[in-house]
Amino acid sequence: MPFHQIKFYQTGTFTIGNRLLEASDRSVQSDVHRSNALNSGHRACQGCGEALGARYAVDAAIRAAQGNLVAVNATGCLEVFSTPYPETSWQVAWMHSLFGNTAAVASGVAAAMKAQGRPQVRVIAQGGDGGTADIGLGCLSGMFERNDDVLYICYDNEAYMNTGVQRSGTTPAAARTATTPSVGPKPGNVFGQGKSVPLIAMAHQIPYVATASVANLHDLEYKVEKAVPMHGARYIHIHVPCPLGWGSEPHDTIKVARMAVESALFPLFEAEYGEVSDRTILRKRHPVDDYLKLQKRFAHLFRPQRDEERIAAIQAIADRNVRRFGLENGAAS
Amino acid sequence: MWKQIEGSRAVAETVAMCRPQVICAYPITPQTHIVEALGEMVKSGALAGCEFLNVESEFGALSVAIGASAAGARAYTATASQGLLFMAEAVYNAAGLGLPIVMTIGNRAIGAPINIWNDHSDSMSMRDSGWIQLYAETNQEAADLHIQAFRLAEELSCPVMVCMDGFILTHAYDRIDLPLQHQVDAWLPPFEPRQVLDPAAPVSIGAMVGPEAFSEVRYLEHHKQLRALERIPEISAEFYATFGRESGGLLRPYRLDGADTVVVALGSVNGTIQEAVDELRAEGVAIGSISICSFRPFPLEAVSRALSQAKRVVVIEKSLAVGLGGMLATDVQMALSTRRPRVYTVIAGLGGRAITKASLLKLFHQAKADALESVTFLDLNWDIVNRQLKRELATRRSGPAAESILKDLGTLSSKIV
Amino acid sequence: MTKPFAITLDVGSSLANKTGSWRTERPVYLDRMPPCNHACPAGENIQAWLFHAEGGDYFEAWKSLVENNPLPAIMGRACYHPCESGCNRAQLDQPVNIHAVERFLGDEAIRQGWQFDAVAPTGKHVLVVGSGPSGLSAAYHLSRLGHKVTIYEAGPAPGGMMRFGIPKYRLPREVLDAEIARIANMGVEIRLNTRVDDLTEVLERKEFDAVFLAVGAHLSKRAYIPAGDASKILDALGVLRSVDGGQPPELGRRVLVYGGGNTALDVARTAKRLGATETLIVYRRTREKMPAHDFEVQEAMEEGIQFKWLSTIKQAGESTFTVEKMRLDEKGFPQPTGEFETIEADSLVLALGQDVDLSFLQRVPGLEMADGVVKVNDRMMTGHAGVFAGGDMVPAERTVTVAVGHGKKAARNIDAWLRGVSYQPAPKHALAEFNKLNTWYYSDAPLTVQPVLDAVRRQTTFDEVVSGLDESNALFEARRCLSCGNCFECDNCYGVCPDNAVIKLGPGNRFRFNYDYCKGCGMCVAECPCGAIEMVPETI
Ligand SMILES: Cc1cc2nc3c(=O)[nH]c(=O)nc-3n(C[C@H](O)[C@H](O)[C@H](O)COP(=O)(O)OP(=O)(O)OC[C@H]3O[C@@H](n4cnc5c(N)ncnc54)[C@H](O)[C@@H]3O)c2cc1C
Ligand SMILES: Cc1ncc(C[n+]2csc(CCOP(=O)(O)OP(=O)(O)O)c2C)c(N)n1
Ligand code: SF4
Ligand code: SF4
Ligand SMILES: [Mg+2]
Repeated sequence: MPFHQIKFYQTGTFTIGNRLLEASDRSVQSDVHRSNALNSGHRACQGCGEALGARYAVDAAIRAAQGNLVAVNATGCLEVFSTPYPETSWQVAWMHSLFGNTAAVASGVAAAMKAQGRPQVRVIAQGGDGGTADIGLGCLSGMFERNDDVLYICYDNEAYMNTGVQRSGTTPAAARTATTPSVGPKPGNVFGQGKSVPLIAMAHQIPYVATASVANLHDLEYKVEKAVPMHGARYIHIHVPCPLGWGSEPHDTIKVARMAVESALFPLFEAEYGEVSDRTILRKRHPVDDYLKLQKRFAHLFRPQRDEERIAAIQAIADRNVRRFGLENGAAS
Repeated sequence: MWKQIEGSRAVAETVAMCRPQVICAYPITPQTHIVEALGEMVKSGALAGCEFLNVESEFGALSVAIGASAAGARAYTATASQGLLFMAEAVYNAAGLGLPIVMTIGNRAIGAPINIWNDHSDSMSMRDSGWIQLYAETNQEAADLHIQAFRLAEELSCPVMVCMDGFILTHAYDRIDLPLQHQVDAWLPPFEPRQVLDPAAPVSIGAMVGPEAFSEVRYLEHHKQLRALERIPEISAEFYATFGRESGGLLRPYRLDGADTVVVALGSVNGTIQEAVDELRAEGVAIGSISICSFRPFPLEAVSRALSQAKRVVVIEKSLAVGLGGMLATDVQMALSTRRPRVYTVIAGLGGRAITKASLLKLFHQAKADALESVTFLDLNWDIVNRQLKRELATRRSGPAAESILKDLGTLSSKIV
Repeated sequence: MTKPFAITLDVGSSLANKTGSWRTERPVYLDRMPPCNHACPAGENIQAWLFHAEGGDYFEAWKSLVENNPLPAIMGRACYHPCESGCNRAQLDQPVNIHAVERFLGDEAIRQGWQFDAVAPTGKHVLVVGSGPSGLSAAYHLSRLGHKVTIYEAGPAPGGMMRFGIPKYRLPREVLDAEIARIANMGVEIRLNTRVDDLTEVLERKEFDAVFLAVGAHLSKRAYIPAGDASKILDALGVLRSVDGGQPPELGRRVLVYGGGNTALDVARTAKRLGATETLIVYRRTREKMPAHDFEVQEAMEEGIQFKWLSTIKQAGESTFTVEKMRLDEKGFPQPTGEFETIEADSLVLALGQDVDLSFLQRVPGLEMADGVVKVNDRMMTGHAGVFAGGDMVPAERTVTVAVGHGKKAARNIDAWLRGVSYQPAPKHALAEFNKLNTWYYSDAPLTVQPVLDAVRRQTTFDEVVSGLDESNALFEARRCLSCGNCFECDNCYGVCPDNAVIKLGPGNRFRFNYDYCKGCGMCVAECPCGAIEMVPETI
């Protein structure tokens, strides 16, 4: 993990920038000359975590690829808010084809680059959770299994946002969406096993899999910059709160993301060739309440009275993550 | 260079000579032999500078080709039947994005009932996708059309399907004059994309377009095909100049002189039709035929001109526009809109049923006597149809139709691939 | 290459879409008052000088510090650092060890020989009476403003109570001398052994354009204690002064100190160093009620000083003293109990506080006095125009830091008065309360402890008890600062804006909002660690 433990730098790497750090330890985002791959004027909602995560990731990828980057994008909010004719917000070679074929299109781009003898051009694919975990999973799995030279980045906002907040395979238990409304005796989404694309990716034994969060920029950039120059199939799953879909305050986007990490509902880890190789220890563990309460999609868990049973079940998911990934100091990894 | 060779192999070797840079393969009969052969050539090194991807679906196959083409590579794939439908979304997308991909369709029926044999339902289903569709009459033409297809596609920035009848062509061994590599190299210039994913000159490809510009985008797609109407005969002529063979073009008339009955069809069935025409001509019947190569764009003017003397037109269709009749016939009728000869639609050869010369001769005689229904089902077994209709009338739970029909026929099992 | 129409677009063209129109609230940068600055009686801009120290630029840090206080090496030792009581970091772990960094900077300046800049003279001449911290501070600030300053000092050496009160184990004299010399180097003339006996006489000479009085409080208070002829009773100031003068008094082995302020502790600890084996502080009330600071009591106890709480001295003999036990009434006042006790001791030192010697002011027209101190208005001016006063001689808390603050404030008002205007201090920013911070971003870092001299040496020598921080410690400590309410260029706003609506202006120049694109989500405000941005409603 990219943290400075020996010297003390006031805010260390917690803040975006830190004038006290060596230039080489500074984040891409702190740079006046960062690419702003996703430029101003895009139409994402106020406080959109996906817009933020995408700029974080693509800017870092551009730096890691020394500018030689091509991005392929799935249908979804990120595509719709960035490229409505006649304006595009992208400042990178970028392409959108369909909702469910992004990994395959990227494989095609990578194959083309290889065939043309341009291996220095790095290819990323990006999509929402719907485009990744659900409709695009077939193409994604194929890309993984062939070990194509693509870094796939999923921006997980835990529902189909672009079509108006419907449930996806990554929608968490109990969350309200337009297709899992908060009505009836068990309002919100069912308690299934969930669908962890990072774990699915790991099952393909690909060179690199990581999770990241917009609440932890340095970690996110570290992972993107590590993944970009690697060859073969790579996958990064970034947690990006959606104020609109989650019913959180636009100014709380980072806080919500941070609480997801610190409550262990969204564990940050890396895996190489199918094995977990590192994880981010929780800095200050929070009960899941601190995460859930920030979002109206979970409001029915607290009103009219606290739904002890289901909150405990969500806490149990967090506890399992702590055990499974060793998220607390001293815990085995 | 003459070779006694399977149609699929001939196509594969020709495609290889076009120096594709990315090929994606997914198995489905009857196109499989083409990509298998190409895979072998890439793996052995015979086809250098090419990436061969075994994808996870046809949707993936065409998507890979989309990415590759957008990244400036000459991309190729092949499919058939269910595979083409599985990639349908990407088929429209490739055309909408104007990516000059070339794809072979080994024409095959669409299930259910699942059926591996030849008809044109698959490519017909993608009739309006924005792809150019060229139908090969012979394996020689199938091979030749691929060279022309890359040239046409890349000139116009528009994807092209080369359709060849499954089994009838794909699996048939013929003596074929394969071009030489240097000839192809001289005739087919390297791919120069109209738009490309290049970090040095970044653009955004695939924007969301609203009502303010969507019609224009669509019109421009249409316009490309209108341009193709001009280029297809020219390219065919240029091809002739280099390779010394007539291949492609918009359509090929056969013995139209003084013909008052003209048969119109796509693909390999034209061979049998021409044999029937010869026999009838020998009998003194004024009959001729037209083999249409370019179904999309549809050569309205050329068809209209070719049919200018015809009193009646018999359109042999290897696909059924369920609830209407024929698709080709509809288009032919549109070509004839200023003049009104009788147009008979004949649905024939569905799911691989052989279109025999005998049946055609009988049919053409009926046509000549204007004794045809406007939509005729060639060699339809009315006994079976009526028996099933009766069953359905009698019992609500009459069971699966296809299986009952097979029982009626006494066929125990049918090979399903 | 003619790109396909509509579906293929040129990069970055979305700049045409000004999303700023979505906004109902706009973020604006602001500076808030850090609680440390707010609590500093000398008006130091602590957060600002820590900012430079964080980067290791000690010269800039020192320069920024001395804009308000010319005595950092002294202050870093003697000041009771109310800044640290206010410090927001206390609510996270422990307050920033501000005084230790200040001391480090002061010492560094002495080591490096840093001097104050000279300023173009105004031609005005101001008299300062007294060279204690208040007088020195006024002299320094007046000099910075270009005025010529002369100090009349009654004593044989400058420094006031810093020299004759505060013992050298807390404030080494080299440090004091160095910081006074630096002020003198600005051209301030310090006339020693020059007591003003009658200010009116001086004023009548019309030599000076204005006067600042800072004579301190030097008359030891006395308590009536019936005593025999042989009993040895001394006053604390006298003891401390003679120690500094090099002629320590004979106190004997067992010393009683009467009083509960810092002076009592200083004199008790001094007695210990002069050879007393038993030193006992007698105080009327409880430890909690003692005016002395707790850390000093703690240090004294470590050195073996004993305490007798709730006791008054009733009678003094040659080597015995009668003590009466007290109890606190419901209002917290000590009341006699009638229970007595006898204590054996060789001497008694009274440390009961000081009064101001106002005799030299008796004839000054208009100058008012009350409760033994001189009255001043909010501009530090006495009732006599052009005569200002500050420090211990005016009603305020009696500390070195308050004295320095008075000196600064008086200097600015004198300057204005000399120019015929009235001094307008810059409006104060709203306080940067803890709840305005997003403390997630600060690294966990407990306070750096300053090394303390071992107990044995402390009981026998006048070596400085508490040492300074070394460079790396000081740097660490400076970096513990949260920069409350003041942008420290952490780039969070620049980074977290999903719309790239923050423009980074480069080192030292902070940031600017690009309101063309800011949608007003407020993420920058929420994620600013130090509370330097606020949302304000859009007017339209
Ligand atoms: C023992 C002791 C320990 C202390 N410790 C601390 C401490 O640790 N921290 C702290 O903040 N405060 C401490 N104080 C309080 C602090 O020293 C005073 O509040 C501070 O020095 C007041 O400054 P001043 O400039 O007003 O007066 P002073 O420091 O008293 O200086 C006044 C000067 O004026 C001179 N003078 C007096 N009369 C005349 C005259 N008529 N003509 C010319 N010159 C004259 C005096 O000789 C003296 O030099 C302590 C006080 C004592 C007594
Ligand atoms: C094949 C297909 N099915 C459905 C859609 C409609 N659709 C467009 S975007 C979208 C939701 C995208 O969700 P996700 O991938 O999670 O991205 P988000 O918008 O949440 O960022 C859907 C369902 C489509 N465009 N294509
Ligand atoms: S709906 Fe959610 S993901 Fe989509 S633009 Fe709005 S905030 Fe972003
Ligand atoms: S943290 Fe720094 S700015 Fe805040 S009160 Fe403490 S010293 Fe002052
Ligand atoms: Mg989503």
